[in-house]
Amino acid sequence: MKVLVAVKRVIDYNVKIRVKADNTGVETANVKMSMNPFDEIAVEEALRMKEKGLATEVIAFSAGPAQCQETIRTALAMGADRGILVQTDAELQPLAVAKLLKAVVDKEQPGLVIVGKQAIDDDSNQTGQMLAALLGWSQGTFANKLHVADGSAEVKREVDGGLENIKIKLPAVITTDLRLNEPRYASLPNIMKAKKKPIEVLAPDALGVDVAPRIKTLKVEEPPKRKAGIKVKTVAELVDKLRNEAGVI
Amino acid sequence: MAILVVAAHDGKTVRANVSNAVVAASQMGSDVHVLVAGSNAGEAAKSAAAIAGVAKVLQAEDAAYANWLAEDIAPLVVKLAPNYSHIVMAADSVGKNIAPRVAALLDVAQISEAIQVVSPDTFVRPIYAGNAMATVQSGDKIKVVTIRPTNFKAGAGGGTAAVEQIGGAGAAGLSSFVGAELSKSERPELTSAKIVVSGGRGLASGENFKMLEALADKLGAGLGASRAAVDAGYVPNDYQVGQTGKVVAPDLYIAIGISGAIQHLAGMKDSKTIVAINKDEEAPIFQVADYGIVGDLFQIVPELTAAVEKK
Repeated sequence: MKVLVAVKRVIDYNVKIRVKADNTGVETANVKMSMNPFDEIAVEEALRMKEKGLATEVIAFSAGPAQCQETIRTALAMGADRGILVQTDAELQPLAVAKLLKAVVDKEQPGLVIVGKQAIDDDSNQTGQMLAALLGWSQGTFANKLHVADGSAEVKREVDGGLENIKIKLPAVITTDLRLNEPRYASLPNIMKAKKKPIEVLAPDALGVDVAPRIKTLKVEEPPKRKAGIKVKTVAELVDKLRNEAGVI
Repeated sequence: MAILVVAAHDGKTVRANVSNAVVAASQMGSDVHVLVAGSNAGEAAKSAAAIAGVAKVLQAEDAAYANWLAEDIAPLVVKLAPNYSHIVMAADSVGKNIAPRVAALLDVAQISEAIQVVSPDTFVRPIYAGNAMATVQSGDKIKVVTIRPTNFKAGAGGGTAAVEQIGGAGAAGLSSFVGAELSKSERPELTSAKIVVSGGRGLASGENFKMLEALADKLGAGLGASRAAVDAGYVPNDYQVGQTGKVVAPDLYIAIGISGAIQHLAGMKDSKTIVAINKDEEAPIFQVADYGIVGDLFQIVPELTAAVEKK
């Protein structure tokens, strides 16, 4: 079966973000961009399935501006077979991305879609669940372990207070949690090879998807800053402060 | 129009965060209903009816609802949705799993992890791990919202809402529950604990976490950890406080051997009082701590444990 993975181009997780002075968003010009870390895990999981003979082809999907080709290239360098970019400069929200993914799924008929559980920019944690809903498929969210067998998958999920095991029918959508695997680094020969792998570029209109945002961002601000307190010298002093000043013990 | 809070529960009582969700919902409108779906959920439904501000509890009985599978719960919520202006869930692992499925089936957007209700259609939510706050407005007719429980106070008790039985929507037949491996602990749950003691890489081993357990037990505190400590294998993942773990806001947070990476701060900086114990006086954790001690945690922690009174 084919496995489709979705990869999002986001501000690199090591970058300290800056809110724009006019409060319309976060500064992205001249900022290092990378693949969303949870999506790297999704790519890795798909590649491992291919290496085990469970997947025949790994397709990397992205949606957004032309530069998302770089993110797809990263997935191809890791080992994905080909890419699909739905190119648009419009703001894309999770519901729109889920609809674009659905259109691509209808076309490509993968047996499994793997996406990161959330993107580290908007922290929505929605796209995978929304895609499963639109397709009428099962969903294995926050996956810690994935075992695919005949027509079904066992998913160990990270939930409040521990782990949970579910069995889901295929086709399905999986969303990855941090401990599912450790993504590989692309080797230099594979980076070179990736340059020759095909990326199909589509437009949202051609897929018949209306990507107009449903949510309007009115403003983006810095979070309230917490003031640094004081340093105390001794444990006795600390206990005294906690008891008599803060009143918390 | 009324607002529907979808409640997770353990069969006996609804989760503590349902009352935070009710408080958040009551800021979006006046008539708050709570859906308690389950198999033998009668007791849980009663516990929801006792939350102040709840006008009505809907109890949906169906064997399919026993384990909170999104494929089965979402169609039930979607069936009820036309009667409501908002669908609200706590942003825990149940809410995060189910709410987006509901939203997509309704063809509406979802507002994730709202921390403030500005008006019935406008919310504040953290983005970039809490390093920016976005004020967003939904244009959809039905608003699906998950709320971050620690940012809303818990509702009072004493409510006397009626419990109405409604039919289930049956099983979707897409998924089944196999089992759970929940961490057993005598300590209070991290997200609801009044005091949290948290350890980082500075602990140097899982064995050394025993020292924190002693302190936590004496304070009646929950025990947490930084992602670095989890990744190093000192403690299981459900201890993790931070952007990718749990968000906590206790009265007192004691960070021990935690440097204070952005992703950790995202999970605890709303705590009322923060104490940092770290040998590196330049550690970023001191920039958010109310009280800091620079020094060797292996000396300070036992001393602190001895100095506090048992609760």
